[in-house]
Amino acid sequence: MDKRLERILPRVQKPARYTGGEYNQIIKDKTQVDLRLAFCFPDTYEIGMSNLGMSILYHTMNSLDFVWCERVFAPWGDMYEEMKKASLPLYALESGDALSEFDSLAFSIGYEMAYTTVLDMLDMAGIPLRSADRPNLLPLIWAGGTAAVNAEPMAPFLDLFVVGEGEEVDNEVLTLLREAKLGGWSKREFLVKAAQIQGVYVPSLYEVSYRGDGRIAAVTPKDGAPARVTKRIIQDLDAVPYPTKPIVPSTEVVHDRVSLELFRGCVRGCRFCQAGHVYRPIRAKKPETLIAQGIEALKNTGYQDITLLSLSTSDYRPLPQLCDGLLDYCEPRSIGLSLPSLRADNFSMELMEKLQKVRKSGLTFAVEGGSQRLRDAINKNVTEEDLLHTCQIAFAGGWNSVKLYYMLGLPTETDEDIVGIAEMANQVLHCWRTYAKNKNRGVKITISTSCFIPKPQSPFQWEAQISIEEYLRRVNLLRSSITAKNVTYNWHDAETSLVEAVLSKGDRRVADVIEEVWRRGGRLDAWSDYFSFERWMQAFASCGVDPAFYANTEIPLDAVLPWDHIDVGVRKAHLLHEREMAYASALSPDCRHQCAACGAAKLLKGGRCDG
Amino acid sequence: MDKLRLRFKKTGRAVYISHLDLMQTLQRGFFRAGYALKYSEGFNPHPLISIALPLSVGTASECELMDFRLKEDVDLAELPARLTAALPEGIEILEAYEFTRKAAELKWLRVRGVFEYDERDAASMCEALREFYARESIVITKKTKRGMGETDIRPAIREIVFSVEGRDVGLEAVISAQEPTLNPDLLPDALRQRQPEIAPDFAKFTRLETYDKEMELFR
Ligand code: SF4
Repeated sequence: MDKRLERILPRVQKPARYTGGEYNQIIKDKTQVDLRLAFCFPDTYEIGMSNLGMSILYHTMNSLDFVWCERVFAPWGDMYEEMKKASLPLYALESGDALSEFDSLAFSIGYEMAYTTVLDMLDMAGIPLRSADRPNLLPLIWAGGTAAVNAEPMAPFLDLFVVGEGEEVDNEVLTLLREAKLGGWSKREFLVKAAQIQGVYVPSLYEVSYRGDGRIAAVTPKDGAPARVTKRIIQDLDAVPYPTKPIVPSTEVVHDRVSLELFRGCVRGCRFCQAGHVYRPIRAKKPETLIAQGIEALKNTGYQDITLLSLSTSDYRPLPQLCDGLLDYCEPRSIGLSLPSLRADNFSMELMEKLQKVRKSGLTFAVEGGSQRLRDAINKNVTEEDLLHTCQIAFAGGWNSVKLYYMLGLPTETDEDIVGIAEMANQVLHCWRTYAKNKNRGVKITISTSCFIPKPQSPFQWEAQISIEEYLRRVNLLRSSITAKNVTYNWHDAETSLVEAVLSKGDRRVADVIEEVWRRGGRLDAWSDYFSFERWMQAFASCGVDPAFYANTEIPLDAVLPWDHIDVGVRKAHLLHEREMAYASALSPDCRHQCAACGAAKLLKGGRCDG
Repeated sequence: MDKLRLRFKKTGRAVYISHLDLMQTLQRGFFRAGYALKYSEGFNPHPLISIALPLSVGTASECELMDFRLKEDVDLAELPARLTAALPEGIEILEAYEFTRKAAELKWLRVRGVFEYDERDAASMCEALREFYARESIVITKKTKRGMGETDIRPAIREIVFSVEGRDVGLEAVISAQEPTLNPDLLPDALRQRQPEIAPDFAKFTRLETYDKEMELFR
């Protein structure tokens, strides 16, 4: 171990997250591989090690015998300070080697608030931030993750993005990179070739021009790069490798458990939801595959918990079969099974009782909108009856805590909708009074609101976000409408949401702001401990970028969008239609009732969704 | 099987695993190796394991002891290798046996330490250290359960020998494990408080051996 590191570690909080050496880590002989890859997660170890995507790709990239892929996370503030003081560069956990020894850094960027951390990690590795300032092929700096659906704000920093699911395309990029390294190609030569791989977006091969009103005039591809980059998906999830030997952290992380991914995509089409659109089409795994993989992973990790992950777990058709299969293994071993993201509308008593045998936690419902009209407008197919019916079952079954999540500032929202939130909480309370088995323990109903963020590649991508003042007005209206004392109200601040809106919908000009925020000390902005709204506002001002232009201004429907050249499958015409339906407060059927021909099916070999 | 004890090493990168995390890590290791630990009864069952004398983070050990119980009878001879294979780097199970003596009978620990001096001469430091620790009493202020308090740490040191090891000073000491417990980190801390000019720039320790009050090996 590096002497400097040895001296630092006893002084920092939770040093085990900075040492590597965990069970199931992958160690290779560095002299026997052609490429050393640093897989960077721009957030803390605890968050990154809880990320299933990271775990999957660590294993798929390491399945290439010419690659040694190692993990890198962002140090927490105390460690960061110590590393700076000791001039200790960022290093990878498996080998402990500084990132300067690596051929490539691949970032997994799942959320916009991680952008400043990406820059910070590059800097801690001693790597110039901008692609243009890195003339050589190596180190190649690339990224994937949800942020790639609008990569523009990060475009100047990264050499290449992969759009969509990474299991196959990442390995194709690495295979080409190896050829380029061994063949002595120039960076340009490599990037031009890489742009021919489906799902690869090379920002430097696209010229962006702007109009007088600040909107984009055109995005022009060069050197044979495709006009639109089509995202990659995995055709057969049962066949794609799932890490049944994931790394087991030696210190507590956010999700200390086995995670099973039931399916990708979502049949629902909630109009505010980016994930529901950009991960289409829906593809499910077979319950047999999941049960086998789950049991193997439990054996290989020693975890005492297993959780089912997906955008909407209850839409998994063989859910009862899957739960039975897993419970057969879990129950005798006191292993807990948890199912997040169950929907209110088809929550079954039977399922709840099964889970109850093992573990019981509070109920959470993402209701999103306060009235049926608004929920229709956002295509969130939850009715008050569904919700109350579920609550009735839950209260009768002994549950006594319910959390209700809402967004304020959704398109078409009125004050009446907001007051409706408080009314619904009252209904839930009434339901508890009527049906609770044991009233002595009391009930806890929590309402949470956050400020709606319009997201690229969703039907609301053109929408304006409400201002911070307006959000606070709505918060106060809701606050004064809540009268029952068993109902608590938490609201998230709108300042982070404003910054997130700018970063989500930004174009390449926003890159300067991200860099400026980082120069002013910004990193780990996803953490309220570190996020500074003032710093962002100062950076916007000093770069001459108006955040309201990106966040609080409606985009004309005929404008060229910064992300128009990224094709996630769903057609723009479909999004536009969904937007019109929203303004008519009209529901659209989900994929299983009627295919809306959104366009995503074209990504499938058979051309037909499982629906 | 009840009254089982493991003796294990915790070295290398594993020294940064905290006491609580180590318990969790070992539990998972048992599970992965296919051994069923016995759990407590009651509302919130937890495995019946306990590690004697929690190590501070950063300190290595060649002689950790953990008591545990298993639901079924197993071959104790093959347990160490099987469990080690199911544990992270740096944790090595040396033996598993049925114990006869309670961990409370453990009294003395042999520790090895390294004092690193960046700018100062190891030989003269070594000399000064010998003198310092030859004192009859070394009173320092340290955190106690009731806030800051004065303690004489000298009686808790049974032997202490210093030697020059290249640019560093090595030490080997026998210190009190319990009643009172002397955390080896207090050895350099005492210097920082009483004679900072010979306090090392960095110090690290390894536990080597466990003894009872008669200085017989404790197992
Ligand atoms: S093509 Fe049809 S079924 Fe497939 S995701 Fe789109 S709307 Fe749903």
